[in-house]
Amino acid sequence: MAFVWRGLLQAIELLWQGDAEVLGITLLSLKVSGLATSLSLLIGLPLGTLLALGRFRGRSFLLSLANTGMALPPVVVGLGVSILLWRSGPLGSLRLIYTPAAIVIAQVIIAVPVVTSLTAAALQQLDPRLRLQLLGLGASQIQVVFTLWLEARLPLLAALMAGFGSVISEVGASMMVGGNIRGQTRVLTTAIVLETGKGQFDRAIALSILLLTLTFLVNLGLTLIQQRRPPL
Amino acid sequence: MKRLVDVRGLEVVRAGRTVLSLPRLTIAQGEVLALMGPNGAGKSTLLLAIAGLLPPTRGEIWFAGERLTRRNALALRRRMALVLQEPQLLSTTVWNNVALGLRFRRLPRPEIRQRTETWLERLGIAHLAQRRAGQLSGGEAQRVSLARAFALEPDLLLLDEPFSALDTETRADLIADLRHLLAASGATALLVTHYEEEARQLATRTLRLVDGKPAD
Repeated sequence: MAFVWRGLLQAIELLWQGDAEVLGITLLSLKVSGLATSLSLLIGLPLGTLLALGRFRGRSFLLSLANTGMALPPVVVGLGVSILLWRSGPLGSLRLIYTPAAIVIAQVIIAVPVVTSLTAAALQQLDPRLRLQLLGLGASQIQVVFTLWLEARLPLLAALMAGFGSVISEVGASMMVGGNIRGQTRVLTTAIVLETGKGQFDRAIALSILLLTLTFLVNLGLTLIQQRRPPL
Repeated sequence: MKRLVDVRGLEVVRAGRTVLSLPRLTIAQGEVLALMGPNGAGKSTLLLAIAGLLPPTRGEIWFAGERLTRRNALALRRRMALVLQEPQLLSTTVWNNVALGLRFRRLPRPEIRQRTETWLERLGIAHLAQRRAGQLSGGEAQRVSLARAFALEPDLLLLDEPFSALDTETRADLIADLRHLLAASGATALLVTHYEEEARQLATRTLRLVDGKPAD
């Protein structure tokens, strides 16, 4: 166990010195997962709202599909995106494989079902008569949706946190579609896998501490917003 | 008296069953019409249809000389205000709840402030303005719901069993206050109720429905 302690001390030293490569990996992780979470929110929030409030054929099927998608294994997503973006694949001409954009695409696919499903659950737990009441007070459909989002802000922000958590922590898809290329597509999780494989526990521990700190800070920010009193 | 609501040949069919069939109903301006009848008689269905919240299977609803259609539903809905049995308040302050419908109409801020203050005062809940909705008693919450509706100064007030969930004493207080407010504002209202006493105190006319049809 001594090497763990030694690794921890070396990790602190590495962080203290502000290692450029470690910093670069951290920033790329934040950028890629932040963008993927934002995009999944843009897609998942309206989609979840439609599934929660809409009345159309196939709604329950789509809802169960979104629920299933929450357990989508990142490696399966990685495989699917790899096939699509492979040079000889249907989207190969875009030349996105082994780029940060490819990781973003894979992470969006991982996070969209999470955000969609939890958004639908958040809105479905509201009293259905609230919607009727808002319409009866002269709200337009858009105003109804915004008011319901505001009313369900606590579980909706939890959905956002879960979406971010699912992408910042995944490694399979990032490794497969990003290739873990140094200085280009290496993110915190893929770097941890690499350093552990090389026996470089100090760097692996340093990167793990950074990953946990980053996740904590993002969730702290979202929790502070969540617990704030509503603006309305 | 001028006709505000005119319902012609209204039919609502749900799951193959006709839940409402009303050849003709008019509500004159300033009138308070009580809708009475047993559960499932079609009272709330009629109220929601007039509110533009439930499209009828057949028939026409005219409001202030305009036929209610999908196209003008929002504009006409903004001339009405709905009060439900459960107040359905948002988890924010009483003030914000009363101002809600005024904000939906994008009225100027000073007008929102003035109308909200006025109706908080008239319903006797000005001292609760900054209280969170979740901290209110049933009676207080229903007063907020009424203030929220009256603040809109609607042409038609739609009241769907607004006092059913309250205890006898609170209900009596609220009915007395509502009677006073209706008389003072000259508002037109449609009141769904199970209670004869409530209808007698508040309404100028009563319509009884049984199995979706007028009983008389």
